[in-house]
Amino acid sequence: MGLTLMEGNEAIGWGAMAAGCNFFAGYPITPATTIYNTMLKLLPPKGGICLQGEDEIASIGFCLGAAMSGMKTMTATSGPGISLYSEQISFAIGSEIPIVIVDVQRLGPSTGSATKGADGDIQFLQWGNSGGLPVIVLAPVDVKDCYVLTMQAFNLAERYRCPVFLASNKEVSMTRETIDLDRLDPPQIEERRTADADHPFVPFGVNDEQLTPDFLAIGGQRLVRQTSSTHGMDGHITTDPEQIARMQERLDAKLKKSVSAFTYYDEYGVTGADTLVIAYGVTARAAMTAVKKMQHGNAKASLLILKTLWPVPEEFIREQAAPYKRVVMAEMNLGQYVREIQRLLTGKKIDFIGQMNGELIKPGQIQEVIQNG
Amino acid sequence: MDSLLNSSRPSVFCPGCSHEQVLHALDQALTSMMLTGEEVVIVSDIGCSGLFDTFFNTHAFHGLHGRALTYATGIKMARPDLKVIVTMGDGGLGIGGAHVLSTCRRNIDLTLLVLNNFNYGMTGGQCSSTTPQDALVGSGFLNKLEKPLDICQVAAAAGACYVSRTSTYDKGLVEGLKRAIVFDGFSLLDIWGICPGRYTRRNKLTPKSIEADMAKLPDLGDYKTRNARAEYGQAYRQESAKLQPAAEPVRIEATCTSPEQGRREVVVLGSAGQRIITAGELLCLAGASAGCHAAQKSDYPITVMRGHSVSEIILSDIEIEYTGIENPSVVIALAPEGVSRRKKMLADLSPKALVIKAFGIELPISPASVIEIDFKAEKIKPQDWALVALAVLAKQNKVLTMDMLKAALKLRFRKAEYETAISMIEKVAALQLP
Repeated sequence: MGLTLMEGNEAIGWGAMAAGCNFFAGYPITPATTIYNTMLKLLPPKGGICLQGEDEIASIGFCLGAAMSGMKTMTATSGPGISLYSEQISFAIGSEIPIVIVDVQRLGPSTGSATKGADGDIQFLQWGNSGGLPVIVLAPVDVKDCYVLTMQAFNLAERYRCPVFLASNKEVSMTRETIDLDRLDPPQIEERRTADADHPFVPFGVNDEQLTPDFLAIGGQRLVRQTSSTHGMDGHITTDPEQIARMQERLDAKLKKSVSAFTYYDEYGVTGADTLVIAYGVTARAAMTAVKKMQHGNAKASLLILKTLWPVPEEFIREQAAPYKRVVMAEMNLGQYVREIQRLLTGKKIDFIGQMNGELIKPGQIQEVIQNG
Repeated sequence: MDSLLNSSRPSVFCPGCSHEQVLHALDQALTSMMLTGEEVVIVSDIGCSGLFDTFFNTHAFHGLHGRALTYATGIKMARPDLKVIVTMGDGGLGIGGAHVLSTCRRNIDLTLLVLNNFNYGMTGGQCSSTTPQDALVGSGFLNKLEKPLDICQVAAAAGACYVSRTSTYDKGLVEGLKRAIVFDGFSLLDIWGICPGRYTRRNKLTPKSIEADMAKLPDLGDYKTRNARAEYGQAYRQESAKLQPAAEPVRIEATCTSPEQGRREVVVLGSAGQRIITAGELLCLAGASAGCHAAQKSDYPITVMRGHSVSEIILSDIEIEYTGIENPSVVIALAPEGVSRRKKMLADLSPKALVIKAFGIELPISPASVIEIDFKAEKIKPQDWALVALAVLAKQNKVLTMDMLKAALKLRFRKAEYETAISMIEKVAALQLP
């Protein structure tokens, strides 16, 4: 018992270990480097593998090869590295390769500011792939989330055979905080479902109800095919429009249809409030302070903290917002996730507060918008 | 042994394509080595060489252009028992150059077959990294301006242990493939061949001319002796086996009592080398030793040993929400570099705030109370100023107590460092301060 002092990035590393991660590859980049440092300390002595790639493309490439050989893999980077990952991310989406990708966001665009935080990659994480299929993005608020959501990310990558992003931020990842490791509520560890030994193995085969194909690792007694090309169930190139459409629709549906199973959130309800503040990541902490400070005044607001950002939990957000006349969205960019909120909540007044100057949005700034719109 | 070629998927190369010969030679090599499909992974790149995996009954991995070696590395690290063979064209060689160099440097047990036909066949015969300057290709005059690459010299210079030039006309091709596959480490085979669909429509290449051109290339010398070393995966596992598992994260028992309740914000302003970040960590550990939640953010330039160093610490008896500094109760100001980063904050300090500053540091005017310490006069070295300032704070029972500070030192330092730090803060306890 007792508190542990730990950086967000260290918690991501320990969470990954708790989830069964046995392969990490990365390229040093502030503010993600300490994840690599942590994995280098934790993995090799336990028989796991931690590699430093010659660049980000290689690092994620190592992970994809290892993931298809049965390992639980993770990589971590920041904006410039995520940009380089893009082509490999598209591959992991289309070819259903489980991998956890941590994006410790820093102020962009481009090389931007290595040591300043932002949530500027939130739309990029979803749309920075060719083909435009859905991905899972989870956003940690604090060091505790860094640990637990990393575990969830591994589970989801296994369950749905897909890349899962942890959208961290320098302000979460490089902040040292106390955490009570013995009072966490970690999820049960999940493993990818393997193909039945009694039937011939079809690498991307699914039955009528199934949205995620069963897995076999490269190197086993039954041959495995993996390809980045447009493929049929057998893993061979296909040009048949019907097969192609079926595959694309399945990839689209497998995450969108399941999002209610992994909609992570926190809430703080205030009786009598007609405003709902929606926030995620580090900004949710300022929002929490803001709504608590105002809960006994005239302008009250409740708070919804989204931890699953993509696929957008549409039904959930509509239900949560239903009792409120107005929504205030706060995020550390100039207006990214608010686009989704505007799209979903067409009948409500939506006020926005965003900032891209390397500094945290202050509770007072959010209070101001709650008070005056 | 039977062929490993997939009889239901016959090859689809253009008539006369030299890839066809490599395909059959590779099949012969694998079968004569008595390898089964389950023991082999073919990792193919993009372009015509990227079709290779589909013609074999082996494990198969086909990915992005130039990145085949990255997947192969991941596979081989995960499954050292598998034979991993990478097929790549001269196009993949160019776009994936960094991976080729790094794989040579690593010496991981992969076999890279470069199917070198001097152009990008699939996209219309544009120049590649190996196109001769006098060739007529689909890139207009551009190839005249770029010198072709001899990948064997490059690989040997980059640390490859097995490099060999051959061609699809070479009668020893099958044996050459076998030697490369058997080699325990990274092996690269530069296999020259013709692209009848594109390249040889406008350029003459014959078995003789290929032989003659290859003969003109410089000998690779003693690279084998120079580069000889252990295979990467084996060396990796040996090194890993020497390591001790990392210690579990420390749980800090709440053995002390905090002198204050509520949220306390402390900012330490200094310069590189003054152990500002360590002081911030000590304050967090001190807080945790009294059961407080703690958060620390640091601000410093990417360079070390120069410039500002700022640490912002929050202690609280309830969980910390907002991690920014809004109303610091204590500021420790030790160097102008740090002070210049927080001028506005210093000017806005409340009358309740306490500033502990080094002698000579100039601060903006504020209603905060100030304790000035002449560290130099007390013969305290700059790297100890931050610790001494914490001890001064503890002596006042503000934010932390002496017991909390000692508990933090115990958590943070090994025995010798701990004892030095303790004697330092005990000296402080005896200091007469203004």
